[in-house]
Amino acid sequence: MRRVSKVAVIAVSGALALTATACGSKPKDDDKGSQPSAGSTATGGAGATNAANFKGCMVTDQGGVDDRSFNAAAWAGFNKANKELGMQIKKVDSKTENDYVPNIDSLVADKCDVIVSVGGLMAKATGEAAKKNPNQKFIIVDSSSVEPNIKGLEYNTAQAAFMGGYLAASQSKSGKVATFGGMKIPPVTIYMDGFVEGVNYYNKQKNKSVQVLGWDVAKQEGSIAGKFDSQADGQRIAKDFIAQGADVIHPVAGATGLGAAAEAKESGKAVIVWVDTDGYESAANYKEVMLSTVTKAMTESVFLSLKEASENKYTTKPYLGTLANDGVGLAPFHDFDSKVSAETKAELAKIKSDIVAGTIKVESAAAPKG
Amino acid sequence: MTESNNANRGNDANDASGSGKANEPAAAPTATQPAAKAPQKSFGRQVLDGIVTGNSAVVTFLAIVLALVVGAILIVLSDQDVLDKYQYFFADPGDALSASWTVVKDAYVALFKGAILDPDTLDSNYAPYILKPISETISMATPLIFGGLAVSIAFRAGLFNIGAQGQLIAGAILASWVGFTFDLPGALLLILVMLGGIIGGALYAGLAGVLKARFGAHEVIVTIMFNYIAVYFLGWLLTTTTFREADQQQPIGKPLDDGALLPRLFGDELRINLGIILALAAVALYWWILNRSAMGFELRAVGSNPDAARTAGMSVGRAQIVSMAIAGGLAGMVGVCQLAGPYNAGHQLSPTIDAGLGFTAITVALLGRTKPLGVVFAALLFGALQAGGSTMQAAAGVSIDIVMVIQAVIVLCVAAPALVRTIFRLKGAHKGGEGGLVAKETAGAEAV
Repeated sequence: MRRVSKVAVIAVSGALALTATACGSKPKDDDKGSQPSAGSTATGGAGATNAANFKGCMVTDQGGVDDRSFNAAAWAGFNKANKELGMQIKKVDSKTENDYVPNIDSLVADKCDVIVSVGGLMAKATGEAAKKNPNQKFIIVDSSSVEPNIKGLEYNTAQAAFMGGYLAASQSKSGKVATFGGMKIPPVTIYMDGFVEGVNYYNKQKNKSVQVLGWDVAKQEGSIAGKFDSQADGQRIAKDFIAQGADVIHPVAGATGLGAAAEAKESGKAVIVWVDTDGYESAANYKEVMLSTVTKAMTESVFLSLKEASENKYTTKPYLGTLANDGVGLAPFHDFDSKVSAETKAELAKIKSDIVAGTIKVESAAAPKG
Repeated sequence: MTESNNANRGNDANDASGSGKANEPAAAPTATQPAAKAPQKSFGRQVLDGIVTGNSAVVTFLAIVLALVVGAILIVLSDQDVLDKYQYFFADPGDALSASWTVVKDAYVALFKGAILDPDTLDSNYAPYILKPISETISMATPLIFGGLAVSIAFRAGLFNIGAQGQLIAGAILASWVGFTFDLPGALLLILVMLGGIIGGALYAGLAGVLKARFGAHEVIVTIMFNYIAVYFLGWLLTTTTFREADQQQPIGKPLDDGALLPRLFGDELRINLGIILALAAVALYWWILNRSAMGFELRAVGSNPDAARTAGMSVGRAQIVSMAIAGGLAGMVGVCQLAGPYNAGHQLSPTIDAGLGFTAITVALLGRTKPLGVVFAALLFGALQAGGSTMQAAAGVSIDIVMVIQAVIVLCVAAPALVRTIFRLKGAHKGGEGGLVAKETAGAEAV
């Protein structure tokens, strides 16, 4: 048994070593409301209004909160609500689809004021819990509103992906670009549809023939990794694309996409158009290959709906993110800013206003009807 | 045997877990080991040693203790607020230690509340509230029992069935098709759905068995590849109009008829369902097949020594095919649980219907040493960790990953008992080979 205690000693000394300085002095006041660590309930600082008594909770999808994309963006909205409104926040991770029901249950039991399900795959589980708990407010990302207590947040990302495709085509030297998805579900394929259409639009405008690997809009078939959490798969797919000559890749696959970014960086032969949150910041390891990002303003819309709920203004009115309301968009080019010609930038601005005005119609079978 | 043994070691074990959880080095010198230093071994000690070195239950128990300790360390390391307190450790060690203790205690208390019993609910006097955690544990364990048996029975015949994932998907596909196609009164439909699941899984695994028996294709390779085939086949099916639910954003299957759902045993508020009764029946059947039937004898004979079995006139190929088919049928029942069970809100197929259970099943079988009761307890343990993990996340804010680590450490220790014996200085620590592989312990061994 002595060994166990030794293990404990080693662990403690390890912890000490990690924290580097073990001789500091104790802070005078334990300021409880400092930074919330991911996963813990924390009462934030600034505008502590009635939001301070309001508890917002989130259930992640299978990619987990560290996917630097989809779930991360939603959680960022929570952190913002914590910081700016002083809202109490909490999240639980789903590892498999069996976790949806018990996770939502645990949060209902934990007396959350509003529960946000991040991902359309949770629609049924959320619907069931909403029926059982009619007084519990729910918000779901990527699924539609259900009366009386589920608010849906949806995004027409095809519009922004159209711009991403146009940009990719304009930057490709090999004349080949590529895209792949995590799963064949509408919130994923909608990007791929828009991306391909953007490339086609470029070809039409410029009389070029840039090819897109990995997605066939007509057949709705293409490269699908099958999961959102496998970097190895992302890397393998990207390697294939690069071998076939693609030099711009648009992964729509959460953490699986990080593998593609890694491959692009290692090989030096491709750049990435990231998804959901600006990859230059969220996946800063790979910032030198991040051409741009097709953004989905989940952080902002999640924050706004949390804010509404905390101000007693919760409604089930569906939210639809578009280019017009900046719910979707194209992130800055950062390091590539000098490489994207002024002409292309002007064209992208024109495309944006044309889509908003409706003169360019971006069609996707997966587009939310909301 | 096991119980007296555990009782004898009770004190030591408490010391171990207690000091480990607290991460309190001060406790180290006080932990004593009276018997170990005695120059001449008493008779009792000799008996104890015999039990300890030979008894896998002790190793399993210590593995769990060790896993909880490792989990506790990770909980502390992953909490920034607590780590910050270690920065002034020498100025006020109590602060850091008590914070560590609190965070670990909160996590494990939440785990316990979610898996076994939440004392706060006792006041309510309302049975569903009080029994909810244990019901969750059992419901989560149900598919794992089927899965554990599916891996175990193949194992007894000397086959590594890595294909539970594919088999459960195959079972789920057929079960789901039956469930939304036929319009029959409730109970009858449920039986047909289960038959569909069993047949789907059995055929899929049986095919792997045939490939092994007839063509010598290694079952590990074949079943792994079959997993991929099943996953992508399912993905494709969910794009077809036959399977996919119309007007649905996500690619999910058509829902089962309500009559085909596994009925809940104690009302709607508790998720415990008929599945657990069927699972226990399967356990009994598994025990009977292995220990009381001629077929089971053949399976075990083939598992321990195929050459000898062949010489004795048994058909090795047939035993392999049969064991794989049974394994597939059991895995198919996992698919039925996934489909008709309480955790599938829509009772429909989805691309990730397997929920990783195919692989958890392997660890359950290893942990249970492929013995009937062993599998039940291993499944209950994993079910408890799973059920408690959800509460631990929600109530204590500790990542569910900790639960995965705990599971992994338990399995690691059980698969390498020499490691546990070394850490706890049990006798027999250096006989690394002895019992080192579960295969050696179990293949052909007497069940239970």
